[in-house]
Amino acid sequence: MAQDNNPQHNDEKKIQETREKFLKDYNKKREVESPDGQKIEVEPMKDYFSQQRPQRKDPHKGVIEKFLNWARSESIWVLGFGTGCGSIEIPPLSSPRFDMYRFGVAMRPTPRQSSAMIISGYLSVKTLKRAIRSYEQMMQPKFVMALGSCTINGGMYWDSYNTINRLDHYMPVDVYVAGCMPRPEALLAGFNQLKKRIREGRAEGANQYADHFDWYKANQKKIIKDWNMPDYNW
Amino acid sequence: MDLLTRVLFTLLGLFIILNWGLLMTAIMRKLTARVGKRVGIRWYQPWINLVKLYSNRNSISHGVMFQLGPVFRLLGGVGLVMFMPLIYGSELFTNFSFAGDLVIILYIKFFGMLGMALGAGEGGHPYSAIGVSRGLSQVTTVELPFTLAVIALAVQYNTLSITEIVAAQQGGILNWTLFTNPVATAAALLSMLGIFMHSPFDLHKAPNEIPIGPPTEYHSSYLGILRTNAAILHVIEAVLFMNLFFGGATSWPMLIVKTFLIYFISVFVGVVFPRFRIEQSVRWFLQVPLILGIVAIILIL
Repeated sequence: MAQDNNPQHNDEKKIQETREKFLKDYNKKREVESPDGQKIEVEPMKDYFSQQRPQRKDPHKGVIEKFLNWARSESIWVLGFGTGCGSIEIPPLSSPRFDMYRFGVAMRPTPRQSSAMIISGYLSVKTLKRAIRSYEQMMQPKFVMALGSCTINGGMYWDSYNTINRLDHYMPVDVYVAGCMPRPEALLAGFNQLKKRIREGRAEGANQYADHFDWYKANQKKIIKDWNMPDYNW
Repeated sequence: MDLLTRVLFTLLGLFIILNWGLLMTAIMRKLTARVGKRVGIRWYQPWINLVKLYSNRNSISHGVMFQLGPVFRLLGGVGLVMFMPLIYGSELFTNFSFAGDLVIILYIKFFGMLGMALGAGEGGHPYSAIGVSRGLSQVTTVELPFTLAVIALAVQYNTLSITEIVAAQQGGILNWTLFTNPVATAAALLSMLGIFMHSPFDLHKAPNEIPIGPPTEYHSSYLGILRTNAAILHVIEAVLFMNLFFGGATSWPMLIVKTFLIYFISVFVGVVFPRFRIEQSVRWFLQVPLILGIVAIILIL
């Protein structure tokens, strides 16, 4: 991986050690006693979370999918998730000057209800973990828009010890909006590009993520040292 | 009239109410946007949102109650339509109303909310729990003045049938409950602000605070059902107020105009006032509207 400059990141044994170190006590395998004295073995990472991998969901065929894609493109619900400096460019979108609602774009506070995610600038290692969790909790079909040069090649944080360089090694990106930082107008243009892409039926990022799940996971685990969560977050 | 015709016309009424509810939601969002000097959503946005939500490719479940929550909520909305006489004087659109429909409507109005509370509770998100506890405690205090006003009406007209209450108000604007019993109307209209849950009283979802409250974990078709139901509820609760206090409607255009104006009251108040906190809201409902409700009862006895 070109973006990984730190030799320590590639030491498998060290990764395993730190992973065990960072797994919280309540997530470790242990024995608990039930109210009537029974001993039960609990392994939270297996018992409380689904072990299922993401499934590929094939689109419908013909006119139906075209109509549904039109509806999806005209109703883009964006997850209110801000990373880096670009997050300050998003709030003006709902102000009278830019008014994203007239394009069918709205903000949603929860990943379950949103269909698009904006990675708004540099992603630190700590935030990457949260971004992945949120992305995986979104319902299919889901779209990712990346702002700024930081998400394309690292930008001014290219040799930082604490940020990732190429976003599309960690999650499938539909649209990049270049700039440092892009203004809200550029974001609106990005939304129009995203709409075009959805209408053409090319925004199948969720299926791409399911198809190449192992590759994405390997990349993510190389960066995130304290992996104290299940492999796929429902 | 046989049962099949009755069912078919109830479904037709439900269809009209659903579409009018979606259009009304869009118009109100447009109005609030104009107040903020924005252009706002397009008038057909609610329909697109529904298509999108119902066509999401996957959905997950947190358990049986989680799945039943939206169904119960929809049952609340559809049940209200079923037992509500929509058009006065039209045999086709009186639906399944009967002699005691006022009581069952008061019950069903609360039922959907309870089902939703159980479903949202199983979703397990902390914001859902906060939203549910706030919403239920507010609704409990809202129901008090509203029920007092309704009891005052039942005593005044000596009936528990909505059709008869509407019939008693026919023959001129001065026969409306609004003029024959202004105190009860005031109590009910103030508690209506809490029933529609617009801005000063939208603390169960509290945007920017506990982002959307109870439906935090709901997505895809679950959320689609909730949104469908919200559109139905907005209209049918306005129809309830129209029937009880504003002389009912004798035709569909009149129903549309009256429900729009009634719903507009709560939107207007919502645009002007910022959100209450829960203790302020509960205290407010237990002061002005409750006292008005008690006065209405005392005056009618």
